[in-house]
Amino acid sequence: MFSAINRNVSKITQPLYLSRFQSTLVVVEHNNKNVAAITQNALGAAKQLGGDVSVLVAGTGCGPVAEILTKTKGVSRVLVADSDAFTGFVAESLTPLLVATQKQFNFTHIVAGASAFGKALLPRVAAKLDVSPISEIIQVKSPDTFLRTIYAGNALQTIKAKDPIKVITVRATAFPAEPLEGGSAKTEPAPAGDYTNSLTKFVGQELSKSDRPELTSAKVVISGGRGMKSGDNFKMLYELADKLDAAVGASRAAVDAGFVPNDLQIGQTGKIVAPDLYIAVGISGAIQHLAGMKDSKTIVAINKDPEAPIFQVADCGLVADLFKAVPELNQKI
Amino acid sequence: MARVLVAVKRVIDYAVKIRVKPDKSGVVTDGVKHSMNPFDEIAVEEAVRMKEKKLASEIIAVSCGPAQSQETLRTALAMGADKAIHVEIAGKEYETLQPFHVSKILAKLAQDEKADILILGKQAIDDDANQTAQMTAAVLDWSQGTFASKIEKEGDALKIVREIDGGLETILCKLPCVVSADLRLNEPRYATLPNIMKAKKKPLKKVTAKDLGVDISPRIDIVEVVEPPVRQGGGTVPDVDALVNVLKEKGFVKK
Repeated sequence: MFSAINRNVSKITQPLYLSRFQSTLVVVEHNNKNVAAITQNALGAAKQLGGDVSVLVAGTGCGPVAEILTKTKGVSRVLVADSDAFTGFVAESLTPLLVATQKQFNFTHIVAGASAFGKALLPRVAAKLDVSPISEIIQVKSPDTFLRTIYAGNALQTIKAKDPIKVITVRATAFPAEPLEGGSAKTEPAPAGDYTNSLTKFVGQELSKSDRPELTSAKVVISGGRGMKSGDNFKMLYELADKLDAAVGASRAAVDAGFVPNDLQIGQTGKIVAPDLYIAVGISGAIQHLAGMKDSKTIVAINKDPEAPIFQVADCGLVADLFKAVPELNQKI
Repeated sequence: MARVLVAVKRVIDYAVKIRVKPDKSGVVTDGVKHSMNPFDEIAVEEAVRMKEKKLASEIIAVSCGPAQSQETLRTALAMGADKAIHVEIAGKEYETLQPFHVSKILAKLAQDEKADILILGKQAIDDDANQTAQMTAAVLDWSQGTFASKIEKEGDALKIVREIDGGLETILCKLPCVVSADLRLNEPRYATLPNIMKAKKKPLKKVTAKDLGVDISPRIDIVEVVEPPVRQGGGTVPDVDALVNVLKEKGFVKK
């Protein structure tokens, strides 16, 4: 849906006098080995802001990540903060680092992807800088004017930020992913300090393991809803996913019923996806679910209820019992 | 025992299909059904459960907004909050009220009320900002447990399981702390009629942002609000073979 809008963005060129004074800091999300895909989209948004782009890599043994970023085209400076204080990437440790970095370099924009990491961190940073943050933008209209969605994607709001520092999270699906190549930046240490915090301690993580592509960046996503009836029945979708090299997602109903873990939830309060192909199986298409997938290029719906709202947005619908249609589909492709 | 402050917002009911105003200034709110932000119901429920587990001594519900926000506060009182504070902000000022301002108001109230735990919903379903809890924690310099799906008391800290992109994460947040509730934290209870009646007698204090010394001048201007482009459905196909053909034509399946 926003593809038409996004195409126009590339035509916006910043006047030179503006870009000369602009500088953006992109906060890199990573696991100390690899850069999270959403950071590439954040770099895409930073490029559209114009001006100089720096990145901040904070972590514990994050050298390999810094190294990747020095090779990213358009990045002029890679700031590195390597310390045990950043174990678990808790916002309470990262915020003072970001504030110190901002004090030293005076960026006009601080940007991160609108993931769980970015959403937890950037508002805390904005409050410390005494500015009002801007969540999950889908378009840069000018260095201080942005487009974002409100009411579960049912309205588009254009906002103009008056604060001198713009603290922004970026919706990944709305910006092109910058390739991590073609550049030759140098690393520099980020402002030194003791960033160990006494407020919050990271205990551990339980990550869902999957060999399939990551949900938010997959080209094809297959999602199951309440109509799947059980977690076991998701096997059909995994089989189809393997054939199409797709990620598997779910509606809130499927997650609440315990069919699949909650990190697979697509929607207003889950993940936002915009793949080339989205196949919704046994999903009615509630407003909250549509908010997470209606920018997909092609939407296919399989549902036995011809009145299901999902058919109003689907490019291709099949009114059929999913327990017959999906196995048949698995056989035929 | 902890004193718990819980922040609630009155929003257009989640089931309502919203309409954008013809003058592009916002969405139509007059005569539209409003209710408590669903994430805030979860926050109130968690506070009440803390009291039931004798972890909390008193629950104070707070809402910033026009006079009708008092209805939302009465709902929180009916669910089990002990008292309520209405920070009245109306008209033009409410239209440009942002998490930035609300966080300063909540921080001031948390200090005035000597709260140890502040619970909020992770986001309001109208502005979809997902900022207030994090900003309030920053203003207070408290720990933050965002997107919580499980909360347990552990010594002088809260052990919080958070919903993150790849799964779940556990952190220990030292008290005092700010928590934002995710969908799966709990199943909020319904207010019963006797409790709704009792809630009418519970104390509700009205203050203004000025009383609290918080400047609510806008930091962000809303330029316009428009409808998103409408997506047209492409109709249905009769059987699986036809669907496979469509997928082949579009290049998703090899011919």
